[in-house]
Amino acid sequence: MTSDNIIEMEHVFTRFGRNVVHEDITLSVARGEILGLVGGSGSGKTTLVREMIGLDQPSAGRVRLFGEPLDKIEAETLATLRNRCGVLFQGGALFSAFTVFENVAFPLQEYRAIEPTLIRDLVYMKLAQVGLGPEVAAYLPAELSGGMVKRAALARALALEPELLFLDEPTSGLDPVAAQTFVHHLQDLHKELQFTAVVITHDLDLMRDLCTSLAILADRRIVARGAPTEMALNPHPFVQAMFLGERGQRVFGAMAS
Amino acid sequence: MATAGHVEPAGYHTRRDERGRTVVVLTGQWTLRGIDGNADALASALREHARDNDKVVWDCREVRGLDNVGALVLWRLQGFAQGHAIEVRPEHAALCERWARREPPPEGGRSPGVRPLAVLSSLGQGLRSHALEFTTLIGCVVVDGGRLLRRPDQIPWKDISASIYEAGVRALGITALVGALVGIVMSYLSSLELRNFGAPSYIVNVLGLSIMRELGPLLAAILVAGRSGSAMAAELGVMRLTEELDALSAMGISRIVRLVLPNIVALAVALPLLVVWTDAIALFGGMVAAHITLGIDIPEFVHAIPSAVPVVDFVLGIVKGAVFGVVIALIACHFGLRIKPNTRSLGVETTNAVVTGISAVIFVDAVFAIGFRGIGLP
Repeated sequence: MTSDNIIEMEHVFTRFGRNVVHEDITLSVARGEILGLVGGSGSGKTTLVREMIGLDQPSAGRVRLFGEPLDKIEAETLATLRNRCGVLFQGGALFSAFTVFENVAFPLQEYRAIEPTLIRDLVYMKLAQVGLGPEVAAYLPAELSGGMVKRAALARALALEPELLFLDEPTSGLDPVAAQTFVHHLQDLHKELQFTAVVITHDLDLMRDLCTSLAILADRRIVARGAPTEMALNPHPFVQAMFLGERGQRVFGAMAS
Repeated sequence: MATAGHVEPAGYHTRRDERGRTVVVLTGQWTLRGIDGNADALASALREHARDNDKVVWDCREVRGLDNVGALVLWRLQGFAQGHAIEVRPEHAALCERWARREPPPEGGRSPGVRPLAVLSSLGQGLRSHALEFTTLIGCVVVDGGRLLRRPDQIPWKDISASIYEAGVRALGITALVGALVGIVMSYLSSLELRNFGAPSYIVNVLGLSIMRELGPLLAAILVAGRSGSAMAAELGVMRLTEELDALSAMGISRIVRLVLPNIVALAVALPLLVVWTDAIALFGGMVAAHITLGIDIPEFVHAIPSAVPVVDFVLGIVKGAVFGVVIALIACHFGLRIKPNTRSLGVETTNAVVTGISAVIFVDAVFAIGFRGIGLP
């Protein structure tokens, strides 16, 4: 391994037909970092994350996950790498035919190196960790509220004690209180489990409270990369609009002054 | 933290401290990957030491990572949880704290087992709800259909036309293939028998009557029930999953008018046409086969059809097609609207739609056969 970077993307290009989504993106994520990936809708944030886990292949460039190049990786190695990643999909992507308990237990059962007697305890602990009581365990995803779906999905993403966590808009669709609680949960978990995370978000509060650094995707490139508080100094119009706009001022203003 | 690639297995060793107590020093990664299936072995080895917990010190300062799996293995040892001398790294304190004060998870509810009476009663309830919902659906279709007839500007022509294309035009290929093959098979089989009787020209009567009255409509209907029945049910089901049905209702648009009626009208129109098409192709297949086996000329065969098959049989086949179409669409929509927002229900109800659709087609065909036994048969 060249460095302690969990993810390294070098000169990544993505094209869908004639539509160029990413142009020469170079980005690395260090161990323990919580990187906020920010950009307008349709700027290819989710695609970039899918390329990081090897769900999609970039048109050009190379991606390394845990130091392994994803373009010439064997299926078995990739599966092992993915066991070390947890993904929270935007809509939760809970298995709709399973109860919450079965959803969280599923990765643990599939991992096959955990005694079945432990799984029950672990599932209830995971649910407690994300703030869900044991009474929720028997519900089907369709019976849950939006916030509960997110939390159950986070519990499932955390099931295999991932070293790397991908969160796709974790607070979208949550009320401010629920979003704040969710961020607190993530902060506590990060302190405890020391995972690395890539968070796709539009939520300025989340960027300020949770992310240790931000990468801003605009005009098909990473236009800014650095700590959340440094962003206001960046001259790019998108960054200016985002962080010096009315809402940006409200969230980050207090920090700057 | 451990480096990415390398995993150090969980382990421990013991020593005596200056006060004569046993110190159990945990080493390695007490994590999911560090323990890797050895939880039971580690636990039983540690349990030996945990027995006399007054004299044991648990030293966790040398572990290179502790996660919930590791913590759970340790906390399942009675002595560990109650032993007062535990030394942990500061970053693991919160995790240990949480496991120390966790509440035991509730007992899982046991499934009550199979009780015959309960099975019967749920079966009865299922049938009752099906009957109720199906009747309601028919009622809604009649009422909304009647309203549309008075307000023809609201008829969803586009949906109907799209549905006809999907269920009718795109089924031309498969009905032609199956029709031709069945025609050939019928022709070959009956030609053997007819030659024995010395009446080869009766092949026209045998093929004409059986295909136009029975086989054509039935084949077309079964193929359409499989193709369109599943498609219609699944479409409605996915619309339930994605809340599109609710979106329609919220706009004040009737799902019966926009989703169910177009399917019914489309199949009522398309299936009779498919019946004619299947009849023609099946007769053509039979004709070619008859030419090969019995040497009957094709023009001769074509000329003989009108006198061999009464018009009423042909018409009856077409009417049957229309009725089958309505039945298939109603059943598909009935099961489609019953789909609950989860993937398993989607699969189950789509299968039900096809199986029930085909069974209903054959049942209705039997009713026709009995009801019209005096009509059209020579």
